[in-house]
Amino acid sequence: MGAVTKPDTAMFDCREAYVRTVEEMAATDERIVAVVNDSVGSSKLGKFRDRFPHRLINVGIAEQNMVGVGAGLANGGKVPFVSGASCFLTARAMEQIKADCAYSRANVKLCGISSGVAYGELGATHHSIEDVAWLRAIDGMTVIVPSDPWETEQAIRAATAHEGPVYIRLSRMPVPALERSNPHFEIGKSEILHEGGDVAIIANGTMVHRAIKAAKALASEGVGARVINMATVSPIDTAMLADAAKTGAIVTVEEGLKQGGLGGAVAEFCAENAPVPMRVLGFPGFVPTGSASWLMDEFGLNAAGIATAARELLGKRA
Amino acid sequence: MICIMPEPDGRSTATIEQRAEHVRERANWMRRRFLRMIVDAGQGHPGGDLSATDILATLYFDVLRIDAANPMAPDRDRFVMSKGHCTGALYTAMAGRGLFPEEDLNSYLQPRSRLNGHPNRTYLPGVETNTGPLGHGFPVGVGIAVAGQIDEADFRTFVLTGDGELQEGSMWEAAMFAGHRGLGKLTVIVDRNRLQQGAKTEDTNGLEPLGDKWRAFGWEVVGVDGHDHAALLNAFDDACEPREKPRVIIADTCKGKGVSFMENQAGWHHGVPNPEQYAQALAELEAEMA
Ligand SMILES: Cc1ncc(C[n+]2csc(CCOP(=O)(O)OP(=O)(O)O)c2C)c(N)n1
Ligand SMILES: [Mg+2]
Repeated sequence: MGAVTKPDTAMFDCREAYVRTVEEMAATDERIVAVVNDSVGSSKLGKFRDRFPHRLINVGIAEQNMVGVGAGLANGGKVPFVSGASCFLTARAMEQIKADCAYSRANVKLCGISSGVAYGELGATHHSIEDVAWLRAIDGMTVIVPSDPWETEQAIRAATAHEGPVYIRLSRMPVPALERSNPHFEIGKSEILHEGGDVAIIANGTMVHRAIKAAKALASEGVGARVINMATVSPIDTAMLADAAKTGAIVTVEEGLKQGGLGGAVAEFCAENAPVPMRVLGFPGFVPTGSASWLMDEFGLNAAGIATAARELLGKRA
Repeated sequence: MICIMPEPDGRSTATIEQRAEHVRERANWMRRRFLRMIVDAGQGHPGGDLSATDILATLYFDVLRIDAANPMAPDRDRFVMSKGHCTGALYTAMAGRGLFPEEDLNSYLQPRSRLNGHPNRTYLPGVETNTGPLGHGFPVGVGIAVAGQIDEADFRTFVLTGDGELQEGSMWEAAMFAGHRGLGKLTVIVDRNRLQQGAKTEDTNGLEPLGDKWRAFGWEVVGVDGHDHAALLNAFDDACEPREKPRVIIADTCKGKGVSFMENQAGWHHGVPNPEQYAQALAELEAEMA
């Protein structure tokens, strides 16, 4: 395989792939509607509204109502894409997500926009770093964190085909289009984007291209780092994890909280089934004021930070 | 610079005209100062800042009984910025009142700054609660007023909300409870600029008849021009009279007030003026004081 990030490649905002795909599907699938909270602009749904005015439901600034209305629309046979800043969509409407979507097994697609620390300077209220930990804890909730435009499109299509609640965590932070020798997306299946047998780096979302960059730096030092893109956090790809543990060392990295997210999911599986030294990279908690890129660097969520963690772990390999 | 502050009993010895003129000068300074902050930081919410400036100036430069040297004094008046995205207006008002040095305004949104994009009480004394997600400040303000009611305390609680913010269910849960408790020392000001982030409130999820809704929840309702400083002062003076019900001041405002090309434009909810626009905005604001 050995897919790599092209150097100096163009960068993309995955919201574009998201709205393009929803619009394309909506053109042939009458069931698809969008539900928003005064977030037509930030969700980039202006064109969708112009094309399908009666299928864009703006409830105003009311996230709990938005998710409840989404569940009701699903009951009425619609496939609602409930779309808003992921911080408010998840934090504010958590009980609606739990009771109305997951516990009721409603066919609602929750699209969290500008997740992670994309809203940098706006502060911790506007960061969505707890979302994966929260939603992963809810029974029956599928959680997908796409890494680039192609995977975003695949995730939207797969979520539509999937009967049941799905959370798709999108970013507004620019990412490159990843190279894949064998592109294939399936909910619950991960992919290897860089081969290596000394350590496994498990990433998703905006961290995948950074992990590939780290793996290349490690390769030049003779360290084989396997980069696994774990787009689906729940249900997690346990076969891939069992294999990754065989390298003897696992680093996880996510644009999210260190506790309970992707790293937590990997650690839970490995602790019980394939104990292995691990490093979990993420944000420790509420972070100070600062831009998104400053925060990522400050907390080591970049290629250098990932490579350092991998090197440190090599000495502790099982 | 003269500073006309109320006497300890809440009554100013100055005439209403003098007080209004003082607030007007301070409001003009706030507008010029936070536009500079937004330009320097490369982001901000100028529309809602400009909409709320005259209300905040009236509160911070006249109405609020707070001691800048002791911002956590238990008997201080409480002000809660429920529409927490408008930190340009809030921080200039707080700095102008002496709650922190004016030069700190230069650090707006910079790494590790105390001046976060939304107010944070753990960074900045004088902020009562962290806001930013809409629909949070008001319920906390109700809790503060309930504490004052239990203790029969003298302090008053003021909460500034957006009008779009009133679409959040938590606002009406708080309104219902405040009415039920008869929180006579609680005053809510609604910044009724008729715009939310992407469109008009009435085209999105209409609020009218807004006064009737508050009245039905047990509130006294007052309407005021939210850019008329004398009218605002009168409304606040009146709000400080002892009474049985909480009071809401529905302030008729203009989003973007004072900068012609921003006025009533949803597009300026967030955004940054370019150099020409910034120069024009400053010229307009300076002309206003000439
Ligand atoms: C819970 C929540 N949902 C969405 C947002 C995003 N948001 C920030 S400001 C705003 C519009 C607010 O409109 P309004 O209350 O009328 O404020 P103003 O017009 O005074 O700026 C929105 C939707 C938010 N901050 N919090
Ligand atoms: Mg408004």
